[in-house]
Amino acid sequence: MRTLLLACLAPVLIAASSPKLVPDVSQRKIEIIYSFTGAELLLFGAILYPGGRTPSDDAQIAVVVKGPSEPVLVREKRKIAGMWINADSSDFRSAPSFYALASSRPIAELVDQRTAVIYELGIDNLQLSPASSGNLADDQRFEEGLIDLKRRGGYYSETDRGVEISEGVLYRARIAIPARVPVGRYTAETFLIERGRVVAAATREIEIHKSGMEAFVARAAERHGILYGLTAVLLSLALGWAASVAFRRLRE
Amino acid sequence: MDLYLPIAGLSVNILVIIGLGGLVGILSGMFGVGGGFLTTPLMIFYGIPPAVAVASSAPQITGASVSGVLAHGTRGGVDYKMGGVLVAGGAIGSLLGGFLFRLLQDIGQIDTVVNVMYVVMLGGIGIVMAKDAVSSLTAQWRGVAPPTSGRRHHPLIAMMPFRWRFYQSGLYISPLAPFLLGLATGIMTVLMGVGGGFILVPAMIYILGMSARVVVGTSLFQILFVTAATTMVHALTTRAVDLVLTALLLVGSVTGAQIGTRMALKMKPEYLRLALAFIVLVVAIRMLLGLTWQPPEIFTVQPL
Repeated sequence: MRTLLLACLAPVLIAASSPKLVPDVSQRKIEIIYSFTGAELLLFGAILYPGGRTPSDDAQIAVVVKGPSEPVLVREKRKIAGMWINADSSDFRSAPSFYALASSRPIAELVDQRTAVIYELGIDNLQLSPASSGNLADDQRFEEGLIDLKRRGGYYSETDRGVEISEGVLYRARIAIPARVPVGRYTAETFLIERGRVVAAATREIEIHKSGMEAFVARAAERHGILYGLTAVLLSLALGWAASVAFRRLRE
Repeated sequence: MDLYLPIAGLSVNILVIIGLGGLVGILSGMFGVGGGFLTTPLMIFYGIPPAVAVASSAPQITGASVSGVLAHGTRGGVDYKMGGVLVAGGAIGSLLGGFLFRLLQDIGQIDTVVNVMYVVMLGGIGIVMAKDAVSSLTAQWRGVAPPTSGRRHHPLIAMMPFRWRFYQSGLYISPLAPFLLGLATGIMTVLMGVGGGFILVPAMIYILGMSARVVVGTSLFQILFVTAATTMVHALTTRAVDLVLTALLLVGSVTGAQIGTRMALKMKPEYLRLALAFIVLVVAIRMLLGLTWQPPEIFTVQPL
């Protein structure tokens, strides 16, 4: 009877003994205005140890900021008749527009490959859903090409030891958001990892959107194409005429 | 001095963009070319998405042309009748170009086709212009009359029916010739993100045989209307016209165009042609190398 009860309670007991996560982000909203040159996001929080357990070095943190996923087409150039032209192409149904991982230790030391794939920890573990060509080597090549481009463009990044844990309780990580990221709903995920297992996870949403004049211009271009086009033409005619008049005055 | 571009979705240095516009404006006023063949590649090089670069350079060329057309127009340097025929061809050409653009984009060959077009056209025109300018310059130095070719314009043009009189250009030819020329530049405006002036100006001189006095002004007149139409096409289809980027480019280019127009008046036309030939050839060679060298990026990503 006692063993049965213990067996039933085991999951609860184990859960109760693992630490908890109280995460937060510095900004829930990032507004893009005329002077926007990028933002720095601070992800911070505390690790709570149940039952007055002393904080241990076993608790490690990994944070991931992810942008909205989009389907993309990747084209590969090849030398044909002396010229480099687009030859093969491959689709990816869900490539995140932004992905930044920061961890308190190199991610490979924290979790095994299987766990990393499940939680999409690490750029190489992103599930990009390629529309398979049937040839594994081809898919691999296109995926590497896509990741390499995104990485060098600053859209994908991985920072080992990018999370600081003080006294085993408080953690914080800084993630830079470059100016050219697309707008949309971003997620900031925090994972508490203990001895190779993810024991707690929490997600916060961050909204990146254009505001003020920038939002107005972008909306006008999207919704009122005719007026927007006419504005562009009139603006160019007016400025051209103004310069012409100004210079004539200047000469006289 | 950074400013965020709402459509391009990135920050740029204001002074760099205004400077770029200024440089192109000077070329525009001097040679009667829109300068799109320089702005578009330079903007892409600066990191602006290609679609935005192409779409936003169209209204910039319009602005630069206005100030050029006004400057040349007051000196009687625009043949409005010839310009009207060219514009009619250009309007139809830009519609055709729109279809071609969509088709080439779908099969992923737009970049290659555009680059090959640049190389062939710029290379061919550059060589013809350079040869012509050099031979007339050497003739001047030797103190003999410049060699005149026996004919005013291409024999094919003389064969076309329904001749009209173009007084300003000093021509009595069929309007079909400038119409077809306008059509070709209209297609190029959409495909290559250029005004087409670098094709138009040499074609007016060497194929139509127009009087040199009205070539630059008339070319700018046609470019003005065709780029305005192209801006509308982009605003309605690609929605990639960035007003902030356009305004910055315009500030530079309308000023540059005024300076360029004045510089053109002080220079000998032969030197002007030689200079344009040189610029055109440099761009053509750069494009040719771009096609044959291994590109820095083997892969390109395009949202679906």
